[in-house]
Amino acid sequence: MSTYAQKKGFGGTIWDYLTTVDHKKIAILYLMAGGLFFLVGGMEAVFIRIQLAVPNNDFVSAGTFNEIITMHGTTMIFLAAMPLLFAFMNAVMPLQIGARDVAFPFLNALGFWLFFFGGVFLNLSWFLGGAPDAGWTSYASLAVHSKGHGVDFYVLGLQISGLGTLIGGINFLATVITMRAPGMTYMRMPLFTWTTFVASAMILFAFPPLTVGLTLMMFDRLFGANFFEVAMGGNTIIWEHLFWVFGHPEVYILILPAFGIFSEIFSTFSRKRLFGYSSMVFATVLIGFLGFMVWAHHMFTTGLGPVANAIFAVATMAIGIPTGIKIFNWLFTMWGGSVKFTTPMYYAFGFIPSFVCGGVTGVMVATAAADYQYHDTYFVVAHFHYVIVGGVVLALLAGTHYWWPKMFGTMLNETLGKITFWLFFIGFHLTFFIQHFLGVWGMPRRVFTYLPGQGFDTSNMVSSIGAGFMSAGVIVLLLNVVITQVKNVKVGNDPWEDGRTLEWAISSPPPYYNFKQLPLVRGLDAYWIEKMEGKKAMTPAEPVGDIHMPNSSFIPFMITLGLFIAAFGALYHADDKSWALPVLIIGLLVTFGSMLVRSVKDDHGYHIHKEELMDEEKGAEA
Amino acid sequence: MTNQPLSSSNPRVDLEYRRKKNAEEMRHQVISFSIMIFLTFIAFAAVAAKGFTAWFIIPFILLLAVVQVIFQLFYFMHMSHEGHEAPSMFLFTGVFMAFVIVLTFMTIIWW
Amino acid sequence: MQAEEKFTYETWPASPERATLEAKNKFLGFWLFLGGETVLFASLFATYLALKDKVPDSTHALAKDIFDLPLTLVATMLLLTSSLTSVYAMYHMKNFAFKKMMVWLGVTVLLGFGFLGSEIYEFNHYVHEYHHTFTSSAFSSAFYTLVGFHGAHVTFGLAWIISLMIRNSKRGLNLYNAPKFYVASLYWHFIDVVWVFIFTVVYLMGMVG
Repeated sequence: MSTYAQKKGFGGTIWDYLTTVDHKKIAILYLMAGGLFFLVGGMEAVFIRIQLAVPNNDFVSAGTFNEIITMHGTTMIFLAAMPLLFAFMNAVMPLQIGARDVAFPFLNALGFWLFFFGGVFLNLSWFLGGAPDAGWTSYASLAVHSKGHGVDFYVLGLQISGLGTLIGGINFLATVITMRAPGMTYMRMPLFTWTTFVASAMILFAFPPLTVGLTLMMFDRLFGANFFEVAMGGNTIIWEHLFWVFGHPEVYILILPAFGIFSEIFSTFSRKRLFGYSSMVFATVLIGFLGFMVWAHHMFTTGLGPVANAIFAVATMAIGIPTGIKIFNWLFTMWGGSVKFTTPMYYAFGFIPSFVCGGVTGVMVATAAADYQYHDTYFVVAHFHYVIVGGVVLALLAGTHYWWPKMFGTMLNETLGKITFWLFFIGFHLTFFIQHFLGVWGMPRRVFTYLPGQGFDTSNMVSSIGAGFMSAGVIVLLLNVVITQVKNVKVGNDPWEDGRTLEWAISSPPPYYNFKQLPLVRGLDAYWIEKMEGKKAMTPAEPVGDIHMPNSSFIPFMITLGLFIAAFGALYHADDKSWALPVLIIGLLVTFGSMLVRSVKDDHGYHIHKEELMDEEKGAEA
Repeated sequence: MTNQPLSSSNPRVDLEYRRKKNAEEMRHQVISFSIMIFLTFIAFAAVAAKGFTAWFIIPFILLLAVVQVIFQLFYFMHMSHEGHEAPSMFLFTGVFMAFVIVLTFMTIIWW
Repeated sequence: MQAEEKFTYETWPASPERATLEAKNKFLGFWLFLGGETVLFASLFATYLALKDKVPDSTHALAKDIFDLPLTLVATMLLLTSSLTSVYAMYHMKNFAFKKMMVWLGVTVLLGFGFLGSEIYEFNHYVHEYHHTFTSSAFSSAFYTLVGFHGAHVTFGLAWIISLMIRNSKRGLNLYNAPKFYVASLYWHFIDVVWVFIFTVVYLMGMVG
């Protein structure tokens, strides 16, 4: 399409991204927005560690500390880790299955904008009277009585961004089911696609309970309902269940795609087929299923009773089995392979021992009787940072280096990449390893300070120094990004030279229609098979023909904007502000009006004609 | 998989057959509807009768509801047709989740 | 077969709701959404069951005091019948009988409004007769949230079907709007599925005690 090839001005580019429905551009939006929130959440983490570096510190007040820990957890989980994973899912998954786009390009854009506006709304709380302060789990017994609007921002912001995630999940599921290229059977899908599929299924079933929980909380705080008001017959435990019915699957929603990223990296840089592919798929599905059956292990100390505790403890430990299968498969993938130590491979290497630490402490806290000791101490903090940072964040950093060339057409500097890795990896273990001991020595989590002479001083200082290392690592990564994009040295289809899956068979970044001719997939690691037979490209499965493309649309932005406005109305409704109700109604009218416009306006998309595709080919050769 | 609309051959010989099949299916729909109405009346009658204990009525009307919903899903929503493998898998996973959630809320929220 | 193409009875495909790739995606995506909705309503049901009859003191009405068998039966019949009429509409859609489809959809909408009216009357009745309001107890909050969520689905479904009918009233069936009608009718059936559990679990079980 000639209009696409033209150089656009700054305004044109902005408009392009505001209206895009192209999964590759949406991936870049997710990467930028998620990266931004990752930096915000990281700064909050640094503030936490500064406050706790020495005893009796007064860097921040107790109230502000509560706001910071709440926002750190919420931001990192909902606004950083999820969208960054969505960035890779969007960028890579459709390419890996040989599709021209996702099943619902319009909804893909809508999902992004919902997430983004929800995140912005949540973070505006800092400037509008204070952030939420009831912890990222926002337990009702704290949250219902929290003063100010902090928790309201949490409830409404997460509601909006949660809708976006749900829509994204449905979109990925449908994409994997209907859009696979000829020959791409389920058991030939790359592991990252598989984990995306299972994680999306988990999103589909895990987010509705969160939606309900947040709605109940909103009704309680803003509209006078009594779900969590014990004096009126309410019960705060309901929130805990609803939150963890969502919250526990959520951590598997994060870790499964991380496993997928590492599976790709291990097999690419060991230059070997992934060991035990079918057992990996089986383990992924099994983790996905078991992930739903264990949520109450977060609530052992609420007094569920010995039977419930025992059931949930056993179910939790069972997850160790499929996870163990995966760990051994990765090790055996490297075994006998011709391992190349690139930056992504460094992360993959660092991931295995780090994640195994987190897994082992996971089995420890899953032991219901012992959990009474660990509960609400730094041991738990250490445990979940070992799985989330040691698993998810390392995977995100690895994925950034690994797929950067595919997303942007340039290669991040390897030396700087390795420096990032070492700084981050050392900093991570320095920060969190010692926290296991702090927890067992009795330091409770979520305290804003502690007294000297309890044996916590040195360890906390060590932990804070580690946070400094991690920050330095992230800064080097940012430098690397800037340097790479300024130099702007373009790379070819397969810059790692060992690419196995379909995304490496097309140019970097891919053309907006991805595949001129859909590829014929002849087995697992489709591109590798062709390369081993001495071919340079995939065998096409169809002749060159017209390609149907979706139209760009500004409606996703408008639908979301309406909800964003409505959220302010709902929030200030509780203050009896006269303008609050009209604002709420106007916002909802904008949302539903935009949906109506989308429904009644026919949108058939457009076709790229065969001739234009031919012309482009000639242009490229000339 | 292609982004081109799929071509479906539409031979005229099929028309009569399809018409008949649709009509027959519609008859099944009406029969399922009658059964559903019947089940509803039984459920209401069981409650209105006042002669039975709650221990009988509750499981009984729940069973009637489940049967009725199966009719609704398989006939009214055409889940008995082919091409519903993925929908069934995801719907029944949802039903399973629903069962687990309701079960826990009824058993371990007690204070 | 293009989405915009004109059809006759003879050329109309056997499963118009899944004849194009876009339609297939829409069909599948909507079923996936219904899977999620199942869990959403399960969470609301679970909350309701956990909070059933949980009131601050004995002056508040309980489930067995407020519910009324005949009114529930009327609402149930209205919604069940509307499910059948929307099946008729889809039957005519498959036979490319646009006018008949519209008539049956119109009947569905009327029955839906009847249901909604009975629900509004019912809520109003509880508020004035028993002071059973959204804010009066945990039980009442849970009741209005569960039944109200269902009512909101009915309202949305009505708005959806009506806008589809108005939008397409002059242009007949094609492969672009047939899947839209089909998923709207799936949504309508799902509303009925939820209602079957509401009348059983909330009303009938409420009256049994």
